[in-house]
Amino acid sequence: MSSIGTGYDLSASQFSPDGRVFQVEYAMKAVENSGTVIGLKGSDGIILAAEKLILSKLHEPSTNQRIFNIDKHIGMAFSGLIADARQIVQIARREAAEYRQQYGSSIPLKYLNDRVSMYMHAYTLYSAIRPYGCSVILASYENGEPVMYTIDPSGISYGNHGCATGKAKQSAKTEIEKLKLGQIPCKELAKEAAKIIYLVHDELKDKNFELELSWVCKDSNGYHERVPEVVFQEAEKAAKQAMEADSESDTEDM
Amino acid sequence: MVLESDNDWMNAAHSTGTSIMAAEFKGGVVIGADSRTTTGAYIANRVTDKLTKVTEHIYCCRSGSAADTQAISDIVSYHLGFHGMELGEEPLVEVGANVFKELCYNYRDSLMAGILVAGWDKKKGGQVYSIPIGGMCVRQSVSIGGSGSSYVYGYVDANYKQDMTQEECVKFVTNTLALAMSRDGSSGGVVRLGIISEKGIERKVILGTELPKFYQE
Amino acid sequence: MMNPPAFWQNGPAPGNFYSFPNMQPQMKPEESRQHSQGPVTTSTSILALAYDKGVIVAGDLLASYGSLARYTNCPRIFKVNNNIILGASGDYADFQYVKEFVEQKIITEECLDDGLFLKPKSLYCWLTRILYQRRSKMDPLWNNFVVAGIQDGQPFLGTVDKLGTAYTDKVICTGYGSYIATPLLRDAADKKPQLTLDEARAHIEKSLEVLYYRDARSFPKYQLGIIDVDQGVSIEGPLEISQNWNVAYSIKGY
Repeated sequence: MSSIGTGYDLSASQFSPDGRVFQVEYAMKAVENSGTVIGLKGSDGIILAAEKLILSKLHEPSTNQRIFNIDKHIGMAFSGLIADARQIVQIARREAAEYRQQYGSSIPLKYLNDRVSMYMHAYTLYSAIRPYGCSVILASYENGEPVMYTIDPSGISYGNHGCATGKAKQSAKTEIEKLKLGQIPCKELAKEAAKIIYLVHDELKDKNFELELSWVCKDSNGYHERVPEVVFQEAEKAAKQAMEADSESDTEDM
Repeated sequence: MVLESDNDWMNAAHSTGTSIMAAEFKGGVVIGADSRTTTGAYIANRVTDKLTKVTEHIYCCRSGSAADTQAISDIVSYHLGFHGMELGEEPLVEVGANVFKELCYNYRDSLMAGILVAGWDKKKGGQVYSIPIGGMCVRQSVSIGGSGSSYVYGYVDANYKQDMTQEECVKFVTNTLALAMSRDGSSGGVVRLGIISEKGIERKVILGTELPKFYQE
Repeated sequence: MMNPPAFWQNGPAPGNFYSFPNMQPQMKPEESRQHSQGPVTTSTSILALAYDKGVIVAGDLLASYGSLARYTNCPRIFKVNNNIILGASGDYADFQYVKEFVEQKIITEECLDDGLFLKPKSLYCWLTRILYQRRSKMDPLWNNFVVAGIQDGQPFLGTVDKLGTAYTDKVICTGYGSYIATPLLRDAADKKPQLTLDEARAHIEKSLEVLYYRDARSFPKYQLGIIDVDQGVSIEGPLEISQNWNVAYSIKGY
């Protein structure tokens, strides 16, 4: 951020002399301030996991969710500003509903991704508005195929086998790369996802967090939903065990 | 001067009083139609093509008002062409049928259109959808339409088989249409056929003189 | 001879409008537009009976085109959610239209993920509003709807017609069924107020059989929708109506 204060960062509609749009880069920063969110592609579906940071002791569990349903078969997880993300959720839901009404079948994720990306990109073009301060992960399981995309505040989108955004996206990506994506069944993958979220959580800086887990897969009949209680408990248990084993081996090393 | 005339061809609208049909077989779908367009009892066109292209793999068979059905299929083919570009692949047949249905239902009070939508896609293979006048939409293995169809329901019910070969299906469609055309005054001319499969469409014409013959007094 | 006093004076005759002096006709004939000529592809009766722990709904699979039995595989009883079954008779295109937006309503609701689900009384009330609004635009949806469900642990059964007129009852039949099946089912329900599922099912099957003999637009293939406090929702079918034509032997001459 060497160019802060040069005056080229006040508007999304103006380039800096070296060809950057600072407002968009600042929006990315907003994303990096929020809890980590990951998406993993399994052999039979996709797992979404979110680290929801609890900032207040007065917080009620299961509120301020970070994973949403868009349509029967589509889920969206985000990191960044929750209010911004909710607007994206609303837009995506409307797109999905309109598609269903016009074409009589469920919206292909590729198409929804195009539409939502275009929408987010439009917000990087004008001086009167600011870009969205959130990145979203879109996931679905259609015609027996898991599909996943991430969209940045810039409006760029990527198709992925595994992805991470938010605070610890780098270390989460490192962990994700160790997995055999596309080969592990979702029931197992749920544990891996929970492990990664627990692992990348920074206990020193952020005290409390809540794990959110959802899936779209064969086991959920192609529906996107929060993972069943049993699967959730197992995943969280596996994650906590892994953390303990980790800290034990740490002490041995010393 | 009074231009009002008793001759129906001066006032009546062009109407495809018709025999059309579509039938699924193993690997695709056969569509067929007669070629007569009437204005009252006058044959305005004896070599009409009622099998209309919508996309590479989706066709429709038109019956009802020629003007209405042509307008509808033009709109749908534009819409699906655009949609196909957005998707980066060809639209599904069910999606095509739904776009037809949406128009036929929403404008049901101003349209006279009975349409069969048929085609092939990689998700469900050969498919036939029937969209009659009120604007409902239903998938069928075999479907017939137009004024001539009422004479051949029995023939279709008795002779259609699931998973026929292409040759069997072509023969079946030709026979059905020949029977319908021989009994329906508003149908006639040649039989136009289209065979839609993964490879696209293959079109055929069976001239009036080459049509199969059945019992006649 | 008795001469009753006039019902009112200086007013229009019954069935006519007030005609004020110098008033122009509101609408010239060429400006008027006719809506909804009437139903085109139609389906016949729906039968429904509430029993001690739920509701059973039946309807055949035929969509007629005038007297032509044109489409013989048209289901018109469907599950709305775990609380509701909806059945319809009348114009099949209008039914498909209503089905689409009811289903979209459910998707929108599931997306909210708040653990609340549409209840039968709400759907029943909502349908009355939609149908009444459409009849007031002189463009009615040409259907009779039957809403069956469980609300607060109790069976619910209601119907709405094309004008938005609605009522609830333990026995509801639409179309020809209201003449032929209603008396049979009311009789059964009166004789034994708390019917079991098996009894209710037997009564419905008998009524379908009678209706098949006497309704020229009926069809021997049908579906049964059952919503039960314990068993939840099930849609069975296609089933076959049992028939007995033995009386034919005893008839000679006309």
